[in-house]
Amino acid sequence: MKDKQFLENIVHGMFLILGLITVGFVLLITVYLVLSGIPAIREIGLFDFLLGDEWQSTAAEPSFGILPFILTSIYGTAGAILLGVPVGFLTAVYLAKEAPSGIRNVVSSAVSLLAGIPSVVYGLVGMLVLVPGIRRLFHIPDGASLLAAIIVLAIMILPSIINVSITALEAVPREYEDASLALGATPVETYFRVSVPAARSGIAAAVVLGVGRAIGEAMAVMMVSGNAPNMPSLFQSVRFLTTAVASEMSYASGLQERALFSIALVLFFFIMLINATLNFFLKRSKEE
Amino acid sequence: MKTTDKKAAKKAFALAAATILAVSSLAGCSKQVSGTVSTDGSTSMEKVIGTLGEAFEEQNSGVSFTYNPTGSGSGIQAVLEGRCDIGLSSRALKDEEKAGGLKETILAYDGIALIVHPSNPVENLDKETIAKIYTGEITNWKDVGGEDAEIVLIGREAGSGTRDGFESITGTEDACQYRQELTSTGDVITTVSTNPGAIGYASLASVNESVKAVSVNGVTPAEETVKDGSYEIQRPFVLVTKEGTKLSDAAQKFYDFAMSDEAVSYISGAGAVAAR
Repeated sequence: MKDKQFLENIVHGMFLILGLITVGFVLLITVYLVLSGIPAIREIGLFDFLLGDEWQSTAAEPSFGILPFILTSIYGTAGAILLGVPVGFLTAVYLAKEAPSGIRNVVSSAVSLLAGIPSVVYGLVGMLVLVPGIRRLFHIPDGASLLAAIIVLAIMILPSIINVSITALEAVPREYEDASLALGATPVETYFRVSVPAARSGIAAAVVLGVGRAIGEAMAVMMVSGNAPNMPSLFQSVRFLTTAVASEMSYASGLQERALFSIALVLFFFIMLINATLNFFLKRSKEE
Repeated sequence: MKTTDKKAAKKAFALAAATILAVSSLAGCSKQVSGTVSTDGSTSMEKVIGTLGEAFEEQNSGVSFTYNPTGSGSGIQAVLEGRCDIGLSSRALKDEEKAGGLKETILAYDGIALIVHPSNPVENLDKETIAKIYTGEITNWKDVGGEDAEIVLIGREAGSGTRDGFESITGTEDACQYRQELTSTGDVITTVSTNPGAIGYASLASVNESVKAVSVNGVTPAEETVKDGSYEIQRPFVLVTKEGTKLSDAAQKFYDFAMSDEAVSYISGAGAVAAR
């Protein structure tokens, strides 16, 4: 009996340690990012850093303004949500409620496959197909632009939006729908007036998850957006927060390198904010 | 004059140091060395250093050779912090870096080719025109003998050795009006090959038939023209070591190998021009 208790304790201890390792990593990254991100911000000045509209990191007189990156990240993510959410949400409604099981299986596996494609592949296809396509379609000199990034991001966030929305829709009690149908509502009326409102927190969580995925994506975006530090405009070459860090890090030194850490810190704050929002919606959806 | 003297003195010192080290390492142990040689740095040197590393490993079975393609800046940093034996930089060291105790040895020269879409009729540009194109003074191909189409400027990211090389050679530092800033030579070539209005720059060794390299001041970019200096857009490939720190036997042997006559053919095989 005593031995058993002892073994239990050991196992409990091991679980605790393994759990703490994850927490440790998060803390480590947070502390490291804050410590390495603060110096450059202090050197440049918080105001000049966040609201400066010029980024010339290797110029003789360098300027480190990241407003173009912040705005590009916000616009790009908003655009991806604008395109991706309607498609993803309606796909989820169809798959969860309407689709015959054969179609459902095919579409679901396609969605899973979409989630499994590495982002560099999205970038490559975007670079070779989408970018020249946009150039020809809109008769602009070059297709690498915010629009190309938005389209790629919209496709990339589809799987998370679809999967989380399906889960939320399937969690709606069958009785709600039955009651609505029994009252004479058509199936479509039932889905949009009963099921969707009942699952709204879960669907909101899906959207926030999509935002998180879009704002954190670097590789695919870097390959299609052109990476010039311009103020965001749909047909202009732009640089995101993520790509600002990724594109210059390999050769950076001195203040330039420290400023890149500061950009990462800003990005980290954005992600934290999004995670907090996500947690809020998930909690509410559980309570409901 | 003074700088050449300095350079000569430095060279002599390096040679002497290398000889002493080589002799001592030969005397110290048998001809075969073992261990690892770690190199870290410039992505543009991948071909050259990869070829050299392979040949070196073949000759010295006990040695394992590693190359970490992180970029010139990271490579220099790695040497400084002792994380690798030899750093690789595709630009000359800055004064502040030399002051920090680093030593540069020029391994080879690399021509930077100006590339355009194969359908572009422009064959030759002079250096001033290239500068004007990149600073946005000339924005249409018809002004330089091409079709009536906007010029799309493709460049590399800030801090890239190729960009630094290109901008300093053409005198366009901090003034280039890039439409795209891409992070690798391959990306530049792919992008130029898909856009008829694009112009970009890339390491001569990496240029393939999907794009067309234009001649500069009437000189075609090629190994011979880079070596004799007539092709003007070129930059050094540098081995970076720490001043006053003795290389490991294996690393020293690689260093000597890379600077030997034997290495010349490997370097030219990789598309660069050996410095010696």
